[in-house]
Amino acid sequence: MPKIASGGLRTLSPMDPALNIVIVDENPVRAAILADGLREAGYTRVTRIEETTNLLARIYSLDPDVIVIDLENPSRDVLAQMFQVSRAVKRPIAMFVDQSDAAAIEAAVDAGVSAYIVDGLKKERIKGILDLCISRFNAFARLSSELERAQTALSERKVIDRAKGILMKIKNVSEADAYALLRKTAMNENKKIAEVAQSVVTAAELLK
Amino acid sequence: MSGDSLRIGFIPLADAAALIIAADKGFAAKAGLSLDLVREVSWSNVRDKLNIGLFDAAHLLAPVAIASSLGIGHLKMPLLVPFVLGANGNAITVSPALHSALILAADGGDVSDPKISARALARVVGERRRRGADPLTFGMTFPFSCHNYLLRFWMAAGGVDPDEDIRLVVLPPPYMVDSLSSRQVDGFCVGAPWNSVAVDLGIGQVLHFGTDIFAKAPEKVLAVRAAWSANRDDVVRRLVGALHNAADFINDPDNLDEVVALLAAPQRIGVAPEIIARTFEGRLRVAPGNSFRSDPDYILIGRKGAARPELADAAWLYAQMVRWDQAPLSAELLAAAKACFRPDLYDLALGSAAKSSAVPANDIGAFTGPRFDGDDVAGYLAALKMPVKNQ
Repeated sequence: MPKIASGGLRTLSPMDPALNIVIVDENPVRAAILADGLREAGYTRVTRIEETTNLLARIYSLDPDVIVIDLENPSRDVLAQMFQVSRAVKRPIAMFVDQSDAAAIEAAVDAGVSAYIVDGLKKERIKGILDLCISRFNAFARLSSELERAQTALSERKVIDRAKGILMKIKNVSEADAYALLRKTAMNENKKIAEVAQSVVTAAELLK
Repeated sequence: MSGDSLRIGFIPLADAAALIIAADKGFAAKAGLSLDLVREVSWSNVRDKLNIGLFDAAHLLAPVAIASSLGIGHLKMPLLVPFVLGANGNAITVSPALHSALILAADGGDVSDPKISARALARVVGERRRRGADPLTFGMTFPFSCHNYLLRFWMAAGGVDPDEDIRLVVLPPPYMVDSLSSRQVDGFCVGAPWNSVAVDLGIGQVLHFGTDIFAKAPEKVLAVRAAWSANRDDVVRRLVGALHNAADFINDPDNLDEVVALLAAPQRIGVAPEIIARTFEGRLRVAPGNSFRSDPDYILIGRKGAARPELADAAWLYAQMVRWDQAPLSAELLAAAKACFRPDLYDLALGSAAKSSAVPANDIGAFTGPRFDGDDVAGYLAALKMPVKNQ
């Protein structure tokens, strides 16, 4: 394993496990998914910053080679300061991707993630990290929308069940008939069954 | 040609007003444009999404448009500015402790005069250094911002080196107030409503309006990619026209309530209507209690020629970048900075309705220092390096 010098050009292999990676993400689940992915890929030095207070100081104390930040984070602008030549900035930071990588930036922005590296680290050496971030961010987005769909489906089923119960009681019909009534009304009114069921539940509440 | 749809990124701030009113009060529709305004959380996001084409246009910090065109701080992407969305609008707020220290150091002088407050700051800095205290920390919103240049200009005027004597840190505006109350910063420069919020909470006092430092400084612009605009002359012309009409509507006092209600909507700026109204009236609470200060120029949305992207303003912004080591000084970069601001597109779009600057276009109206000459940036910078007088 090559030794990491405290400055200057680094000589790291493409998948050097010694790369010090910092994740700035206020979403704990997504950060965990990303950190797991990086560790599975062999990167052992992965730290997550949860608190964005004093972000720059925290980053400098960790002295990372790579910083990954989610685009929903207003603190992204704080990182812009690291590009500055100033006495407050210990190690200059560069954007992960350069002029030739419009497609890589696009993919990253699309996935909602941005990455920064210390100056001097060759970008192709850590291309795998950005690719991994993009795929994990995309996976998280898919997971979130699936979860949301599942939750919606669950709450829809609950409201339909309640509406069926109300109809069964008031109209003295079977569960199948109650459902058929909901479905027929939904078709006639060009609405979703869950919407009609919600109206039944609301009306029943009002008439209580 | 009509019905062109434009996706435009913005940050929820008072100077996005012309864009929001153009979209929500029908001025864009009248110009045959449909504006899809996308709210963002950071200037880095707005810039990146504009640069890679996810946005057609953007509400952008004026210096970011130039930095992007010059390829400093980030990728090089030539941008054009056909309309300045706002001038001024910022203020410097300090903690009550620093305010007291400045008054003490001013030795009976009036710290509302920036020459006096800047010299008082230098004394406070010197005194802290002598007793081994940490340097004062000030927050600003972005390295390429007028907030940064405004603080630096003021500090330097008092003989304070903003890199050596002070810690200047970037803070997202929503975090400014928290950072002041937790004493991570001693002061900050930011736009509305954050100065008022700090004062209302009793944790800050407004020391200066931005206009105390620069009478009229370009703050936020409408930026488009040069390559994108190349074959869209007509779209740019109509967009500028819609923004101009929106700015006129905003500046009619009869419309204030309606304007403020539209801007305050949750998907737009999303803050209390009173705060936006106070910003447009230029009336800010500057100290706890009933201590208000007014300045009609506090924020300029199209008034006093503020919407015209003056070449001298672009040159002045570039000069600030050179002064603070963000960019080297060269004739090419100066030319590229000027090429970013396009008064010709503004004039073309508005014809006789174009409003030229009410103050001399070639002067930012700084409270001290040499007069700015957009054709002699080197001379201006050399004059700034002269020792501070009356120290």
